[in-house]
Amino acid sequence: MREWADYTIEEGDGGTRLLLHGPLLIASIAVLDEKLRVHEGSVDQIDLSQVDHIDTVGAWTVLRFSRASGAEITGASEKARRLIEAVEGAESSADIEPRRPLLRFRVPEHVGKLVIEMAIGGRHMLGFVGALFTSIGYLIRHPSQFRMKAFVRQLELTGVTALPIIGLMSFLIGIVVAQQGAAQLRQFGAEIYTINLTGRLTLRELGVLMTSIMIAGRSGSAFAAQIGTMKLTEEIDAMRTIGVSPMEALVVPRVLALVVMMPLLGFYSSVLGIIGGAFVADLTLGIPFLTFLERIKEVVPLYDVWVGTIKAPVFGLIVAVTGCYQGMQVSGNSEEVGLRTTRSVVQAIFMVIVLDAFFAVFFTEVGWA
Amino acid sequence: MSEDEIEAHVIAEARDDIVPEFDGEFPVVITGLRNTFGEQVVHDNLDLKVRRGEILGVVGGSGTGKSVLMRSIIGLQIPDEGDIEVFGIEITHGDPDEAVGVRNRWGVLFQGGALFSTLTVGENVEVPLKQFYPELDPELMHEIARYKVVLSGLPEDATAKFPSELSGGMKKRAGLARALALDPELLFLDEPTAGLDPIGAARFDELTRELADTLGLTVFLITHDLDTLYAICDRVAVLADHKVIAVGTIPELLESDHPWIQEYFNGPRGRAAQESGERARSMDKQDNTGD
Repeated sequence: MREWADYTIEEGDGGTRLLLHGPLLIASIAVLDEKLRVHEGSVDQIDLSQVDHIDTVGAWTVLRFSRASGAEITGASEKARRLIEAVEGAESSADIEPRRPLLRFRVPEHVGKLVIEMAIGGRHMLGFVGALFTSIGYLIRHPSQFRMKAFVRQLELTGVTALPIIGLMSFLIGIVVAQQGAAQLRQFGAEIYTINLTGRLTLRELGVLMTSIMIAGRSGSAFAAQIGTMKLTEEIDAMRTIGVSPMEALVVPRVLALVVMMPLLGFYSSVLGIIGGAFVADLTLGIPFLTFLERIKEVVPLYDVWVGTIKAPVFGLIVAVTGCYQGMQVSGNSEEVGLRTTRSVVQAIFMVIVLDAFFAVFFTEVGWA
Repeated sequence: MSEDEIEAHVIAEARDDIVPEFDGEFPVVITGLRNTFGEQVVHDNLDLKVRRGEILGVVGGSGTGKSVLMRSIIGLQIPDEGDIEVFGIEITHGDPDEAVGVRNRWGVLFQGGALFSTLTVGENVEVPLKQFYPELDPELMHEIARYKVVLSGLPEDATAKFPSELSGGMKKRAGLARALALDPELLFLDEPTAGLDPIGAARFDELTRELADTLGLTVFLITHDLDTLYAICDRVAVLADHKVIAVGTIPELLESDHPWIQEYFNGPRGRAAQESGERARSMDKQDNTGD
């Protein structure tokens, strides 16, 4: 049990005396502090002679009350005097939180800021893409400058190591599409079209789209975080001073790796999706596994494969550029790394989906329905 | 509210695991400490006692485990073997609930300040207050935060600033303000002057000495800075060969014939710091006689 500091009032020849007792420490001051805040009636002296322990919080409480009541402090020990002097010298009337403007000013200010930031961001992004293509152009003219090692390393990191997770995801999606499709088609007695549904949907849309989303979360974020951290630790600056272009050393290998890898991963994902569909069809629809695959060949037109394969490198480019761009924009503190990483993933996924809608309309219009 | 209601209300809000002040001679007692990281032995059979009211400087080459020692004392690193008593409470194997009661009596300044970046300096100082003394009046907490910030040598207007708006030296002072928030008896400083310019470092040393004297602090100070040792440390503990090879005042250490100690204090930097330390002290003496 804690011992709380308290006071008693005594009337003497020096006038009204406030006699404090108990330890005036941070751990025991709360009761006294709140009582003194609401204390009424004049006090002429604050007597500290009964106080055994005191710290700065105790000293502050005494000082504040003596100021408020105009009372004189008596009986202070050597330590108490020293502490009271110290807190008196450190007095301040500063705000704890920064003052915020009124809500009616804050909202338009914030909106304005966002708009300007978007405009600036758009211009920077355009500049970044321009610089990227300049670097690629330079590397085409000087192929010996191309960083093969970094490129291969990125192929491995973004492609090979992603195989298990993308495979599993696609397999499961294939299962869901086939199973749900079959449930609906059964109502028309058209279960056999489950094969068309699974085959065309995975090759045309789902394979590449889901892979892009997965890669945006997996590699795009890694690009942003990695490059962002390098920016913070001044590695990027160090590169520049040595004469190494960060664009050529960091961005080009990553972008090319995703552009190359995405069609491969997308196709792989479609294949796994079809296998998942075949697996469900075998179990629930009585369509043998191999028959399912055989039928895929007949019902899926070849241009469906092309639709997927043409979209994939574009999506890869978007994911890689967004990740690298956001990484390069990091400045200041580690909080920014997190912020930019999140933004890279959100923007990449958003842009991939928007573009996918355009592609869908476009390919249908040109007759690849 | 009547006075009795205030009392009942405050006591209801207060935590019940706060431990009273420590009266013993040694706030920190380490015996037979052993720390390893995999194959690498950092500490082996290390003993150290910190005296109440002293500023103990801890020195040692890079990688001798100065920071690991501090982390062991404050419970961030579980040692392989050995006992650490803080304020007479065994914190390594003891009751973890009891160790909670120790945390409100020490303050720690980490190397980079380790301020909470989403809070202002003032709010940073209030975090430990809210954690340990929820019964305090919010207005009193603001008042404490305000004077602690100024006491740590920051200008008033730094109270409402975010850590990202402060320079490195100001961050350290803000970290110190937070470390002092609870009026601790024991203060841990991890390389407080590293990264500061010489003037800033000297001011920080003065501030540490001043606060230690005024508030009656015991200070455990890890440093590489020879000037700090000469200027403010009462005793110095030297870490080498996995243990504390010597503890004492600097003149006592100078008599040791351990090669590392000799090289450290009698190297060119050591000599320069010694001379400037002596100069400062003789100037202090002149000032005092002049009064």
